Amino acid sequence: MTSTIDSGVAGPPPLKDDKLFADQDFRTSRRTSAAERPRVRTGGVSTELVTHVASAGLGALALVWLVYERLVPVTGTIGFWLVWYAVFIVMLAAVSATTLDRMAVTDRVVGALVTTAGMVMVSALAGIVVFTFVRGKGALSHSNFFHETMAYYGPDAGLDKGGIYAAMVGTFEMVAISMVISVPLGIATAVYLSEVRGRIARVVRVVVEAMTAVPTIVAGLFIYSMLIIELGQERSGFAASLALSVSMIPVVTTTAEVVLRLVPNGLREASLALGTTQWQTVRRVVLPTARPGLVTAVLLGVARIIGETSPVLLVAGSTNELNYDPFHGPQISLPLFVFTGMRQPLDVAISRAFGAGIVLLTLVVIFFALARIIGGRAPGHTSRRQQRRFARNARALTTTPGEQP
Amino acid sequence: MSTLTEGPPAPVPVRDRRVIKSRPTTSDRTFVAAARSAAVSTLVIMGLIGVFLAIGAWPAIKQQGFSFVTESQWLPEAGTFGISSLLWGTILVGLFALIVAVPVSFGAALFISEYAPRSIKKALVTIVDLMAAVPAVIYAIWALFFLQERLLSVAQWLSVHLSGLLPFLSVEVPDSPSSYTSSAFIAGVAVGFVVMPTMTSVMREVFSQAPTGEREGAIALGATRWGMIRSVVIPFGRAGIIGGIMLGLGRALGETIVVFAIISPMFEFTTHPLESGTNTIAAHIAIRYSESSGVALSGLLGAGLILFLFTLVINTFAGVVVSRSRSGAATEI
Amino acid sequence: MTTDTASDETRVDLDIDATTTIPQLTAGAPATLVAREVSAWFGNHQVLDNVDLTMAAGQVTALIGPSGCGKSTFLRILNRMHELVPGASLAGEILLDGQDIYDLDRRPIESRRRIGMVFQKANPFPTMSVHDNVLAGLRLTGRKTPGKNGAAELVERSLRSAGLWEEVKARLGTPGSSLSGGQQQRLCIARALAVRPDVLLMDEPCSALDPTSTRRVEETIRSIAGEVTVVIVTHNMQQAQRVSDNCAFFLAAEGQPGYIVEQGPTGELFENPRDERTSDYVNGRFG
Repeated sequence: MTSTIDSGVAGPPPLKDDKLFADQDFRTSRRTSAAERPRVRTGGVSTELVTHVASAGLGALALVWLVYERLVPVTGTIGFWLVWYAVFIVMLAAVSATTLDRMAVTDRVVGALVTTAGMVMVSALAGIVVFTFVRGKGALSHSNFFHETMAYYGPDAGLDKGGIYAAMVGTFEMVAISMVISVPLGIATAVYLSEVRGRIARVVRVVVEAMTAVPTIVAGLFIYSMLIIELGQERSGFAASLALSVSMIPVVTTTAEVVLRLVPNGLREASLALGTTQWQTVRRVVLPTARPGLVTAVLLGVARIIGETSPVLLVAGSTNELNYDPFHGPQISLPLFVFTGMRQPLDVAISRAFGAGIVLLTLVVIFFALARIIGGRAPGHTSRRQQRRFARNARALTTTPGEQP
Repeated sequence: MSTLTEGPPAPVPVRDRRVIKSRPTTSDRTFVAAARSAAVSTLVIMGLIGVFLAIGAWPAIKQQGFSFVTESQWLPEAGTFGISSLLWGTILVGLFALIVAVPVSFGAALFISEYAPRSIKKALVTIVDLMAAVPAVIYAIWALFFLQERLLSVAQWLSVHLSGLLPFLSVEVPDSPSSYTSSAFIAGVAVGFVVMPTMTSVMREVFSQAPTGEREGAIALGATRWGMIRSVVIPFGRAGIIGGIMLGLGRALGETIVVFAIISPMFEFTTHPLESGTNTIAAHIAIRYSESSGVALSGLLGAGLILFLFTLVINTFAGVVVSRSRSGAATEI
Repeated sequence: MTTDTASDETRVDLDIDATTTIPQLTAGAPATLVAREVSAWFGNHQVLDNVDLTMAAGQVTALIGPSGCGKSTFLRILNRMHELVPGASLAGEILLDGQDIYDLDRRPIESRRRIGMVFQKANPFPTMSVHDNVLAGLRLTGRKTPGKNGAAELVERSLRSAGLWEEVKARLGTPGSSLSGGQQQRLCIARALAVRPDVLLMDEPCSALDPTSTRRVEETIRSIAGEVTVVIVTHNMQQAQRVSDNCAFFLAAEGQPGYIVEQGPTGELFENPRDERTSDYVNGRFG
């Protein structure tokens, strides 16, 4: 981490073209390893930097420690470290100025600030995850948490009673129904935008863009007043799915459109030049080539809505009963379970809320990781399943068997 | 075969342009119709939302007239209600969110795109994206049980030491920590954490597109890393910075559950953001929807409509800024 | 997709082993392609002016000329790829064995099936194997693929015609994109040949290739001439001389539409150009 606040004087040029770098590294390492020559170090942490950072840090610590109680009578650790940080930055600048010129000192101070910002981001995420796990693991350690519901227990029941089964069922059904609505609609709209490019494409793009701006609470309020107040429907998981779809459709559409645009135009032309219709080209060339990206689009959409609380709060009602039927009667979802649990002044209820939070976080991470793994590939990258199919076909086809690259 | 065509102007009169049209095949006609109807239904959904909110809000706006935006109390049964205090609270929370999120996001984006060693860069990008995917309710529970406690001392320190200089930082009972709970300040900071990843990823995206040639040009002139960033990366990414901030602000204004969890609702103009009690439009809707009917519900729809228009304007502005800029042409936000 | 609309086209099973129809390929015969008074526009910008050119059956016709003179546009007009660019329009007619391909009653797909095209940049379908890439033209257009033996035979014949068989016969199942650049381009030629087109259009097929691959592609062009009419756009004078029977020299003044300065048998055009500009160009004095 400290290497990153090295001054630009000795550091490597911060090129961002990773591929270029990878190539160079590859060539260099092959040549040098052959010749066993020592390599010149162009980057890394200089001893001077370590000395400066360490002395500034310790000096600041000592100083703040000494005068903290007198000058800044703050209680609490946050205040202490805030003051320490300010002193550290000043001291780092002072210490660096002993060997560096003004430009290089600025460079180093900015480097320190920027690195801190990066660390704040990382530690915020880590803090949230760790905190949730620590507070929720008590609830998770009882297996009833996963297969029981709160139907027969009050919120003050012990952690060995009741659980989130109803909420998991609700989340699963709401997300599934939202997917059934949003995925075909979103991908077909993306196909319209990138393949058909009709007259209303501009308008549609602007409107989809605007749709991402609809606050989820407004989407919920819209479904609430239309479906429940005006049309007199009861609160249900289905109503929640409709509200969630309002958030999911634009995510799927915009991501899918980007992905479809990444399909090289040469492939479309090659296919059309073979005499295919546009539908055949889209179906057999464009969509298969973009498949990993489209899967990512769907998964990102799911990750977006699975944790939505406010629309569900408005239209799904809330219940402790287990309700498998998303079309009739209120349902509860995981985020709603977290929210209702955390607002109760009972330690067990709060623990259960944290436990449900862990489950929710895990689900989000799973969807997110899947999206990353699948979408991290270039368009047209062959999936493992495709590679197996290729290999199978190869065995069936090759006249001289056995040779596989 | 070996005819010779002389000179540029044609001796033969140039033929008329032809219509390049052909009967599309049935499958293509069906395909285009299906794709178009999907696109149209997206339009219809958005149209419905806008129209429905507008129609639903009409009775309240008609009853209250202009005082719907100037009235601060929300007493529908008494016939007086308005959104001015809600609007003010929304802005206040958004402001604190920006104060926290902008510097951190800007620094983190620079760190990831310019300073981080290549080995951890990818991991950092993933972490930021993952953080954006963490549900708001998780931020809410974390803010309520972890962040709030830690922030109380900060709020108290600010109030005790700086209120002389900046009177709006004062609270009524500065000695009691409970004066500082459930305030706009704490809600704003929590929302700041929610919008941080969004801002960071937009800014990082734009920074990483700064042309290599210009970077190398600056480095080759002997610029320090910060010198290069200041002269190449930041000018290049200026639109992305603004766009990212606006996008984050849009999210912050619409954030419901975090605010709902932290604040204690109040219908006054808080000029003391460190003091307990505030309200935002989004949280107000979530708190009041179930007990509202008739003109009160209409009022909520009106508040929702205004929130919607607010975020719409901000998002559109962000989109325009980013796409008009040199760096933003290829950026998706 | 909300609806599955492969209604009027025969659905093809992508699984190779499933289809067992007997090969019913119409044997392609080289056809003469005639361009008559062709002009072309992008929006209101005219890029071609009154081009007349006959591309004789079974021969190789090279289109030469400096960049921006409309050669590629002309080539794309020949199989209706031109109209894929928004705002593109044209005048005149393209006769394939006497029939206008832009006739309102003819679908572009019918013309494109008879007039194949190879692009500047090799573009094998990345989701298909080498084998499936060769058969893509049949599969994608929903025509019956020949049975397993017929398919194998067709793949081998097409790859042999493209001069690629010996190099890839052991790895027909690998993705098309795993081949080298030169191999990919020859795979695209094989893909275009597999549908037995009457005409094959090539848009600078060697511009992205190394000299060795270029030589292989040129050999391929020479060997398929006779079976199919070839029209090739090239920047390379030597290449035009090596591969073509006839040549057409395009030229465009700055901002003006392109036109044909001179056309004729390749030897004549290079040895004895009648126009001074042709002489200057083929001798490398400009362009």
